[in-house]
Amino acid sequence: MPKYLSQLWIVALVLAVAAPWLISSYELSLLGRFLAMAILAIGLVLLWGEAGILSLGQGVFFGLGGYAIAMHMKLVSLPEGELPDFMMWSGLDALPWWWVPFANPVFALVAVVALPAIVGALFSWLVFRRRIVGTYFSLITQALALCFATLLVSKQDVTGGFNGLTDFKTLFGQDLASPGAPIALYFVTLGFVVLAFLGARWLIGSRYGILLRATRDGENRVRFLGYNTTPYKVVAFAIAAALAGLGGALFTLHAGVISPALVGVVPSIEMIVWVAVGGRYSLWGAVAGALIVNFAKDEISSALPEAWLYVLGAVFILVVTLLPRGIAGLVRDLAGRRALVATKPQEVQK
Amino acid sequence: MNAALANATPADPFILKVDGITVDFDGFKAIDNFSMTLERGQLRVLIGPNGAGKSTLCDTIIGRVRAASGHVWLNGEDITALPEFEIVRRGICRKFQTPGVLPSLTVRDNLALAARRDRRWWTGFGHAVDATERVRVDEILAAIGLEDRATTLAGLLAHGEKQWLEIGMVVATGAELLLLDEPTAGMGPNETSRTAKLIKSLLGKHAVLVIDHDMKFVEELGGKVTVMHQGKFLKQGTVEQIRNDPDVAAVYLGRSEREEA
Repeated sequence: MPKYLSQLWIVALVLAVAAPWLISSYELSLLGRFLAMAILAIGLVLLWGEAGILSLGQGVFFGLGGYAIAMHMKLVSLPEGELPDFMMWSGLDALPWWWVPFANPVFALVAVVALPAIVGALFSWLVFRRRIVGTYFSLITQALALCFATLLVSKQDVTGGFNGLTDFKTLFGQDLASPGAPIALYFVTLGFVVLAFLGARWLIGSRYGILLRATRDGENRVRFLGYNTTPYKVVAFAIAAALAGLGGALFTLHAGVISPALVGVVPSIEMIVWVAVGGRYSLWGAVAGALIVNFAKDEISSALPEAWLYVLGAVFILVVTLLPRGIAGLVRDLAGRRALVATKPQEVQK
Repeated sequence: MNAALANATPADPFILKVDGITVDFDGFKAIDNFSMTLERGQLRVLIGPNGAGKSTLCDTIIGRVRAASGHVWLNGEDITALPEFEIVRRGICRKFQTPGVLPSLTVRDNLALAARRDRRWWTGFGHAVDATERVRVDEILAAIGLEDRATTLAGLLAHGEKQWLEIGMVVATGAELLLLDEPTAGMGPNETSRTAKLIKSLLGKHAVLVIDHDMKFVEELGGKVTVMHQGKFLKQGTVEQIRNDPDVAAVYLGRSEREEA
């Protein structure tokens, strides 16, 4: 890569750190929200780019992380002995048992990543061990997203239903309405983006990363070299789920709400579009894709609310047909680097 | 991992015993009650007309295809029902018909992946490369003549080089029994002859079962030849005996007459 490109991350990081003093507080809250989504996008580079597993159900894990932190905030904002408002309206007289542990801040924090990771690991293990791959796997993940969103809506008495969970006041004793809160939250989010980025880069460069790419290119060849490929794929799925959960929790803090409309089939597809646009073989591409697509969505849906879904569809088709490696691939090609076949998968004939 | 090899009785000269294998594809018997044995460190060439069941036999030995009846024994252990990766860990590795190299990995990474001794999944994290594995990879790079392509992506290699790389990968696993399915497919005469030399250099340390059509290559390899026809065992003998065998000639001639007509 040309030197100026490989040094560009310094500029990006400096700008990101200086952002609270450069842009308006409204823009900063958007940026924080989109950076939270970028954490999910980093997980998709590992899962979709490296392992070649297309999940159309990342919204589920985003939602699990978001609901975990939202349940905690809902519980701590209550006066002693009271139930969340929607439960009272539904006539519940006691807190469901599975809500109880979320009152504990440590449990809620661990659950933000552990819950999606465990659910993701179990789900993917059940599917991968039956050797269901490719499109079939993607369709099952989409069905999972549909089930999850439907379940949330239909179980209104315990989930808040269509409106989801909102109206949070404090987190770990800190007032969320205080003037310093948005900036603190922004830096926490930025910190997690950097951590997720570095962690994913380390994994991609490790022997595990090599095995993931090998499995993507020729799972049979890898299997017949004596590797059991299922656990590697399950681990990739669980890591991507954990990152989605972390992103979902941070998003919930920025947006002040988590609801079924944010975790269903369409949002899950949007998540794929971020990464497709940015470039699924590139970590910074995925981060850039999450930011670009979401800022565009914000602009377009405030100017022409009906147009967004058409734009989304058109962008997805254009990227898939013309830019299979996304913006990151385009930038590298323009910078004159042609050896990118390195990360481009090719089918192994058998 | 190699406990099975170590425990095998030295009195038993056979590394592989295929015992009455039948493979049934919806009523079509791709392999019909086929048996053969292979001694340790020896070469065997498996020939037969198209559709004789040679590749299916390889698939059955490594667990890719499951037999309807019969057993496969490796070093005295029944491996018929083991998962594929367990069969490989017991000491069999196969080269596929069309090169099965991993295109987006470098030549060295392809070999390193194959050479890794500890293939349990939870040990696969981290960056460290075992020193003995690195030496092994260097040796194999030299043996297959790809030293100066070590950092090239395998997907960019020429066809013949891919074939050698995959042979190298199969050897790198340290498997005691190598199954090479058409290792010279798509190669010119010089490359074919180099491949024959390469395979002969492996004998003793590895038993090798080669499938090929090219009689010139089979002659160059020497060793015993087993002939399959319509899923059944037809003949076994030296290259010379097989060439002069009327039954084998009939099987091959019958086919070539049809093709010419």
